[in-house]
Amino acid sequence: MTSRILNILLAVLATLLALASLLWAPGELVEVSKRAPDVARAILIELRLPRMILGLAIGAVLGLTGAALQGLLRNPLAAPDVLGSSTGAAFGAVLASYYLGIGGTLGLALGGMTGAVTALLLLLLLAGPAATTASLILAGVAISALASALTNLALSLAPSPFALYDVLFWLLGSLADRSLDHVLFALPPMIVGGWLALSTRRGIDALALGEEVASSLGQNVAAMRMKIVIGTGLAVGAAVAVAGAIGFIGLVVPHLVRPFVGHRPGAAMIPSALAGACLLTAADLFVRVPIAGQELKLGVVTAMLGCPFFLWLILRGRARAAS
Amino acid sequence: MTGLVATGLARPPMLQPTSLALRPGEVLGLIGPNGSGKTTLLRALASLSAGPGRVTLDDTDVRALPAPVRARRIAYLPAEREAGWPMRVRDVVALGLMPFGGTDDAAIDRALALADVVGFADRRIDHLSTGERARVLLARALVGRPDHLLLDEPTANLDAHHQLAILDALRGEAARGAGVLITLHDLALAERWCDRLLLLDGGRAIADGSPHDVLSESRLGEIFHVRRAESGWERC
Repeated sequence: MTSRILNILLAVLATLLALASLLWAPGELVEVSKRAPDVARAILIELRLPRMILGLAIGAVLGLTGAALQGLLRNPLAAPDVLGSSTGAAFGAVLASYYLGIGGTLGLALGGMTGAVTALLLLLLLAGPAATTASLILAGVAISALASALTNLALSLAPSPFALYDVLFWLLGSLADRSLDHVLFALPPMIVGGWLALSTRRGIDALALGEEVASSLGQNVAAMRMKIVIGTGLAVGAAVAVAGAIGFIGLVVPHLVRPFVGHRPGAAMIPSALAGACLLTAADLFVRVPIAGQELKLGVVTAMLGCPFFLWLILRGRARAAS
Repeated sequence: MTGLVATGLARPPMLQPTSLALRPGEVLGLIGPNGSGKTTLLRALASLSAGPGRVTLDDTDVRALPAPVRARRIAYLPAEREAGWPMRVRDVVALGLMPFGGTDDAAIDRALALADVVGFADRRIDHLSTGERARVLLARALVGRPDHLLLDEPTANLDAHHQLAILDALRGEAARGAGVLITLHDLALAERWCDRLLLLDGGRAIADGSPHDVLSESRLGEIFHVRRAESGWERC
């Protein structure tokens, strides 16, 4: 299957899922529109539309940056949260909620974005101007560990158990009750970050043969590295800031896509973005089906989808090693 | 001076100031014991490391050349045969055309044939043996028909037939006017296939000249601790 056909199929699927997200429970929607057209319009424009846009955009940046990072690091286990911006965003949100008293999902998002950008700046500062891929990852792991520890410290010193409950649920990831303000807040850094990562797609194939060969083929490896790191930091930071931690999409989606594009890292980037958008929108549809009277959290669903896939990867690796 | 010319190229402590000229149409063999600085010199020539010295390509400083222009004219093959993803052989070879900004099926077919990997052009690179993979990566270096080829141990991991076939192909590249610089550990191959040899030891150029002159009995004993014997080489 060529990349173009795959992209068209995934784009069609993403459109169908987006429509399903927008027109979820159509019978109820029609009924409400008959009784109170303004309420139906408000449900569509103020609740469903932001949820749909954020589902598509966040899924896309998670898939895209996952593919970009795996290509850069030549490591199939790389995921967007490896650079520390996700944990930085979580820490920023906890701080904003507890100690600055900024409430609501938009307040958490503001804190989260500040945390993500701070983590990114710290990463660039720690790795230095002549950063190698290894030094960036080491710095990312260190920042991620520090931000996780500080988040746990803040949670354990929580001034109010209700605030703790709010933040814990926020950290599990959700697209519910997000508004167009969230969209306007998160979309610009996600677009800029996604564009930065995507701009490396032509050169990143050369990295499959190592950084030296990529340089000898005329690629500016240092520039490519910084574009992916800054792009991932911005886009994933914004995503976590508005929707909480949504794991596994950035890790799993590139694996699903790669066999269809001949395992070329650059060719996997656009389909990974489209498949990420599909997967997150599908997961968000799934969480709307109440289980035991509760709406599941998005991060829980994506992790439950991702873990079996990981197990399959391990089993396949074992089978190959044995053959 | 035409060709790839290095003046005072140094990367301490591995390489002391060294000068050399790779002329169009010649196969220059870089020889020396392990740790003599061959790979360091090759990387410096390919502008992959920073340090003292100057490299010019037809009298133009290579650092002044735009990266894609330099990449079109100088191909580099490292000793590590890395392939991070299980890409198709044909796609791997096509990477060599990246500086040209497009693809060229005829050029890819020619490179596949030169490296004798036509038979598995559609296979994944991780499904090949080490030697087959080495030939695929060599095809990647050859595909753009560069003016200069800098190849680190192009015959490593190859069987005897393919060692000779690859060296024959490289002689063909020199015949079309390319300057070919190869590092070799097999002194018999270096003697037979290279027009000129540059001998390194301890990061210094010890000798530069015809294979006959460079591989004198005294140098073989002094630098490599071997001497010629009926069956090839023996330790001394």
